[in-house]
Amino acid sequence: MTAMLQRFGALPAWARYSLAAAAGILVLTVVQSLEPGGLERLTSGTASGAMLRWGVPILLAGLGGLYSERAGVVNIGLEGMMVLGTWFGAWGVLNGGPWMGLVYGLVGGALGGLVHAIATVTFKVDHIVSGVAINILAPGVVRFLSSELFTDFAGGSITQSPSIAPLGNVTVPFLAGGNILGWRSPDILGAIDRWDIFVLSDIASFGRGFVAGVGIFTLLALACVPATAWLVWRTRFGLRLRIAGEHPTAGESLGVNIYWQKFKGVIISGALSGLGGAFIAMELTGFYREGQVQGRGFIGLAALIFGNWRPGGILVAAFLFGYPFGTALRDLDGRSTHALLLLIVVGLVGIMVLSIRRGKRVDVFLSGGMAAGFLVWYLMTETAPSWLPNALPFATVLIVLVFAAQRLRMPAASGRAYRRGGDT
Amino acid sequence: MAPAIELLGITKRFPGVVANDRVDLVVEEGEIHAICGENGAGKSTLMKILYGMLQPDEGRMSVDGKEVSFKSPSDAIERGIGMVHQHFMLADQLTVLENVILGSEPMRSLGRIDFEKARQDLATVSQAYGLTVYPDELVETLEVGERQRVEIIKVLYRGARILILDEPTAVLVPQEVEELFRNLRELKEAGSTILFINHKLEEILVIADSITVMRQGRTVATVKPADVTAGDLAELMVGSELPSPSTEESTVTDVVAVSVRNLTVLDDDERTVVDDVSFEVHRGEILGIAGIEGNGQAELIDALVGTRTATSGTIELEGEDATTWPVRDRREKGLAYVPQDRQREGLLLQAPLWENVALGHQTQAPFVRGPWVDREGSKKRTMEVIDEFDVRTPGVDTPAHALSGGNQQKLIVGREMTSNPDILIAAHPTRGIDVGAQAEVWRDLRRARATGMATVLVSADLEELIGLSDTIVVMLRGRLVARLDPEKVTPRVLGSYMTGAALGEGGS
Amino acid sequence: MTDGPADTLSPRRPPLPERPGVTLGRRALLALAAPTIALVFSLLLSSLVLIWSGSDPLPAYWAMIRNGGRLEVIVDMLNRATPLYLSGIAAAIGFRMNLFNIGVEGQYRLGAFFAAVVGANIVLPSILHVTMIILVAMIVGALWAGLAGWLKVARGVNEVISTIMLNAIAIVGLLAWLTVELREGPLTPNSGTKYIPTSGRLPHLNSWLEGFTREITGGRHLSSVLLLAIFAGIVYHVFVNRTRLGFDLRASGYNRAAARAGGVRADRMVVMAMLYSGAMAGLVGMVDILSRNYRFDSEFRPGLGFAGIAVALLGRNHAVGVAVGAMLFAFMDVSSPILQLTGAATREIVIIMQGTILLAAVVAYESVRRYRERDETKRAAAVLAQKDSE
Repeated sequence: MTAMLQRFGALPAWARYSLAAAAGILVLTVVQSLEPGGLERLTSGTASGAMLRWGVPILLAGLGGLYSERAGVVNIGLEGMMVLGTWFGAWGVLNGGPWMGLVYGLVGGALGGLVHAIATVTFKVDHIVSGVAINILAPGVVRFLSSELFTDFAGGSITQSPSIAPLGNVTVPFLAGGNILGWRSPDILGAIDRWDIFVLSDIASFGRGFVAGVGIFTLLALACVPATAWLVWRTRFGLRLRIAGEHPTAGESLGVNIYWQKFKGVIISGALSGLGGAFIAMELTGFYREGQVQGRGFIGLAALIFGNWRPGGILVAAFLFGYPFGTALRDLDGRSTHALLLLIVVGLVGIMVLSIRRGKRVDVFLSGGMAAGFLVWYLMTETAPSWLPNALPFATVLIVLVFAAQRLRMPAASGRAYRRGGDT
Repeated sequence: MAPAIELLGITKRFPGVVANDRVDLVVEEGEIHAICGENGAGKSTLMKILYGMLQPDEGRMSVDGKEVSFKSPSDAIERGIGMVHQHFMLADQLTVLENVILGSEPMRSLGRIDFEKARQDLATVSQAYGLTVYPDELVETLEVGERQRVEIIKVLYRGARILILDEPTAVLVPQEVEELFRNLRELKEAGSTILFINHKLEEILVIADSITVMRQGRTVATVKPADVTAGDLAELMVGSELPSPSTEESTVTDVVAVSVRNLTVLDDDERTVVDDVSFEVHRGEILGIAGIEGNGQAELIDALVGTRTATSGTIELEGEDATTWPVRDRREKGLAYVPQDRQREGLLLQAPLWENVALGHQTQAPFVRGPWVDREGSKKRTMEVIDEFDVRTPGVDTPAHALSGGNQQKLIVGREMTSNPDILIAAHPTRGIDVGAQAEVWRDLRRARATGMATVLVSADLEELIGLSDTIVVMLRGRLVARLDPEKVTPRVLGSYMTGAALGEGGS
Repeated sequence: MTDGPADTLSPRRPPLPERPGVTLGRRALLALAAPTIALVFSLLLSSLVLIWSGSDPLPAYWAMIRNGGRLEVIVDMLNRATPLYLSGIAAAIGFRMNLFNIGVEGQYRLGAFFAAVVGANIVLPSILHVTMIILVAMIVGALWAGLAGWLKVARGVNEVISTIMLNAIAIVGLLAWLTVELREGPLTPNSGTKYIPTSGRLPHLNSWLEGFTREITGGRHLSSVLLLAIFAGIVYHVFVNRTRLGFDLRASGYNRAAARAGGVRADRMVVMAMLYSGAMAGLVGMVDILSRNYRFDSEFRPGLGFAGIAVALLGRNHAVGVAVGAMLFAFMDVSSPILQLTGAATREIVIIMQGTILLAAVVAYESVRRYRERDETKRAAAVLAQKDSE
């Protein structure tokens, strides 16, 4: 098994992720076959499509967190910056159409980031304190703005904007039967799905969700993942950003302006969370409504940690956390979501096996006990409660932290006040 | 030809201290120039000024005959000056290559770093000077010596011709020191000028072409190694008026106060760092523990104090088995502790002095009455400590961070002595404090010894160890490898035991 | 330097004590500087926003102040400030230990819920009944917070992250589930737990207050949880500043390594601080449970946990300071309707004022703190220089 793991680790990143995804679908297929009465297949294209849509805000918030923390500033103000993004996004659409909504959302979030940067970098206020302040301030600001601006619109109120248009969708030709110049191409993945072959059809169906009727906004968000990887790890901007989070004094001693790096990181952080907020308003609900962020900024923070401060990891986490929302949306009787409990059991048993191999007795008992608890829950109930998808991301991250807090690599100087010319 | 560096009348003041007082220094091109002096003599401040990290209050600097004034390290780098810091300026999670090129990255279009060119440049530099590094390794995985090589390459990569090395040997084991010296000589051959800060006289005499001695913020002399002995240098460094840390007649009794048997301690990475150590300390005795830093002394101290648990073996305090006692129980039994890092382990920097003095005694009168803090009693006792140990402060309510290093240390020593402890564990009690405060700390230790206190003293200052101790043991790789009589041993002999060179010639 | 002239010093006597008048005045000045700056800054910013939105700031502020003087509004304010204060103290306990208990939000809601459920289902004599409800709230809050403490000590999980996660699990998980499971009657937007019988309800303080003033109208009741909050504030102050255990707690907050070397079991202090903080958080919901709604329902007020963090920051974790902060926030909360009513301004302006005050205050405190540190260093150095020159 160790040899297998090593060989797996030696594969290129894209192959590792694809293999892991295929394995994930295999597990889903097996899990759902134990739950035959469910209305919704866990591996259906609608499930993956919904996962994608619900994952995007989490992804954007998580990436936002990445820029900030890589520059050494902890940002729990992500939530507030997303709130700004929802409002500004809606306001932008009302003023200049969907693309303007995107830009406004970005700028609105960036303004939140600017406030956080000024407080933490210029005035050295504790990062958590400033984040909490922004989370308190942002809902007040948007409520005030709504009362001033949305109430003038028909259908708008102090808590809600009129409905707004999304950016539109694309369907990829051949893979999912998209149109080319008016000609409807064959829907290959759809066909495979209909053959109903074990796992293969599931993969096709699941994959089709990624290529059929995908929002342009979603695609832009997904493009941020490789863009971030490239920007942060291949460019001068990225290297200097990272030194601010890892060892600012070293950067300073080589003439890098650390304050400026931190400002850039935190403002980009706000911009991406703002984009995530705009996505919620434009693509998920179709209008701005007060309180619609619903802790997604915090889920983004969770995704950042789960993803070990790396873009690929954040993407995986965003899908993982978005998935239950996606299935729950169509899973009216809660039976498909119920199968997710079994998924948690599988994960915990995996941790238990690893702990046995590492000889960590406490971990074995802890993970074993938790696995048993979730198994009992699974066996004793018929359906999953509606709140499960909401709580699942947080519970997952807490479990991951309990067993792997020491293995995660947060930027070394993240959260510490940095003062120019200060002695280390 | 103009000298590589010329400093004239450089003065730098910090609140309450003049770190550099009209310093003059001339470094010729292509030489290895050592700057030596005691802790607090102003060496590091001077180097920071030279590298643009600090700006002098007065004085002039010129590099290659041209007058300069540096606002930041970038200015110094531009002039071809590079610095290898004592505390490495390397990011653990970045690769060697990334650490090296940071700040002067070779670029391609779109803001991309040209990693190919960077790799080639790095290879060129490392071949030219015979410094081997692996560009794609994370710094995290490197040994200390390798990290130092990366630091040196970092400087050379920027085209520095003048290298400043701040205490480069402090963290190295002897083999690594030899390797470093070999590298430095190669650098000199290649035309670099090297400024080398150190206070280890033997090393200076081996490597330097010229030596400048600093004392109390001033440059007192510049000499050639051929013209002086280590003794001459030592005298220049400390001056003649320095009180020597001698202990007069013995006060050692035959009552055992501390008894350690077969003690084994693991560090945070679960490596054995204290390995089967046994010793006894009697009332009225000072046991000195010598050793190069990182040979287990810190962990041994932690185990004695109780902040780290022993894996096996026993610790007896005043005849009672204290191996599993928590810190508080040990303190209540009369153990006192002067930690090696006063700011990290000794003080509550934001808290007023009286709370700092109460720390460690917070279960004992006059600091508490029952479950209550006795503010009046604490403040009164703090005044006594301030008075008796000559701590200079505006008052008992002043926060500890406001005090100078020497006064902070006197406060800690005073706090620990105020309960008339039976046992004192002291780690580097005079590190980084001025000569006057040092003498006072020595006086306090001697006084307590005379009243029957048993002391375990760890120090890197060999003069201090030899002068104060009744017995000296040498620690090497977690073991006690020699037991020496301070009356007969010299720093040089002691040093050879510490490095392991003298083993088998008279060890335990 | 303004004080400590050389002629008051004898050579061997350290200059003790300082001239108390000068130092105290200076300290008080510095302590008051930051909140004043914050308030002024926030007023300026709010005025700009008001002017931008077409309102005249001065009448708006005047309306708030005039309204704030009415007895009924003062009762509202006290009822509002009471949970804010308790929440602020809960956060402050963490802050004094250098712990960020972001989880007060989840702890108080969970505590209040269980207290309401237990309170509705037991029969006890009045005093015991109320005590029981309060104890349940404190214990549940403490356990939920203690979990974060345990995670930090035993598993190395940062308490900011764990309390954020625990908040969400408590609110969108446990409470979302349990309020549906344990509700009384059919599921309606207004459904809640069973009502607590009269023996488990706290009498209000109206008659006592009316003894000093006049009759309180408008069906308003001054909650006697206020007395509990005052008591809790005193206990907090005395405990942290005057007891041995409080000293240990603060010492670990200042410097964990130094505290450990000084005989403090710092790990145990972390868990204990979280337990105390959580127990205090449990009290936050008591105004609603014991003297307002008498059950846990949709009227139960959320958001007090985060507001408590704000109040603790405003009050510098000092028992009295936090009280002032809580009153200030409560004043703004109860003033917002009057703004709307008189047409002076939009009521939402107060949320912006609260947010900017908080942000301005933390910035001002940090700046003043750094100024004071430099000042203290300079003064200590002056003493040093003086003695050297003797």
